Amino acid sequence: MPEHPWRTVIALLIGAVAFGITPLALARVWARYFSPQKPGPDKNAIYECGLESKGDAWIQFDSAYYLYAIIFLIFDVEAVFLLPFAVAFTGLTMGAAIAMLVFLLLLVEGLIWAWQKGLLTWA
Amino acid sequence: MEQELKDLKVELQKQGIFTTTLEEIYNWGRKNSVWPLTFGLACCAIEMIATSMARYDIARFGAEVFRPSPRQADLMIVAGTVTKKMAPQVVRLYNQMPEPKYVIAMGACAISGGPFRDGYNVLKGIDRYVPVDVHIPGCPPRPEALLHAFITLQKKIDAQQLRGEGRAHHLKADTPSEYPVPDFGSHDLEPTHNDEVFPPKPESPFKVLP
Repeated sequence: MPEHPWRTVIALLIGAVAFGITPLALARVWARYFSPQKPGPDKNAIYECGLESKGDAWIQFDSAYYLYAIIFLIFDVEAVFLLPFAVAFTGLTMGAAIAMLVFLLLLVEGLIWAWQKGLLTWA
Repeated sequence: MEQELKDLKVELQKQGIFTTTLEEIYNWGRKNSVWPLTFGLACCAIEMIATSMARYDIARFGAEVFRPSPRQADLMIVAGTVTKKMAPQVVRLYNQMPEPKYVIAMGACAISGGPFRDGYNVLKGIDRYVPVDVHIPGCPPRPEALLHAFITLQKKIDAQQLRGEGRAHHLKADTPSEYPVPDFGSHDLEPTHNDEVFPPKPESPFKVLP
């Protein structure tokens, strides 16, 4: 009977899994039967660099990150596109210029929106 | 009986046969892999950092793995001035370490308050709240002094028993693993010390005349 071509691979796979699991299992058994278990209110508490943790960890908070994302788009990403646009302006076709102007218009719209929302004034 | 066993061991060693006990091998493993807590309070911490670096190389003793969490640490090196503001946190960190755990109080401040002893805000030694295994004097102690303290601790670990009445603290089920964390009072920490680890001074045989 010819050997299955995958026999070695499977044997090695089993060996590899056993190699990983055996020390973990031994550690588990050791912890179960020999380790000095001394739980307490302080030890079971959340580790906060020695301070007591206050409140619940499951809170929602308003990140307001999208505001920064929009401002970033207007002032940073737009500038990156404006520079090559300005350099290549004289050689552009009508279609490309209109596409760029539409892009600018969209971002200017965002700028007006942010301005109206009062994002550009220091809080 | 014990002496006979020791003699037998020596005799066997002379013949090239080495014997050991479970206790010895357990303590040998423990004392050579003491992981300290990454934890420095003041200038002594700089000496502690120097000890962990190449020149003094605490890795020679298996203690180079400074852990950033008390959950994985065996040793707390109290390196520096413990202010009263900081004392509850130090005690809480000690409480959060798993057994077996050890404490080295490093430097004059950690053992007694040092030059700031008379300050209203300085704790006069961390041994008022947690059991300290080794005290190191010095301001600050040199890295060699910390290494010496560490070797002293290793000897202490090596001598700990696994069973019997005199077995190690962490193997007794009823001894506490946590000590009360002091609160901020109106003038001082409350309580000002823990009687369990810091017994009151014995009364002096000399009397002060009125």
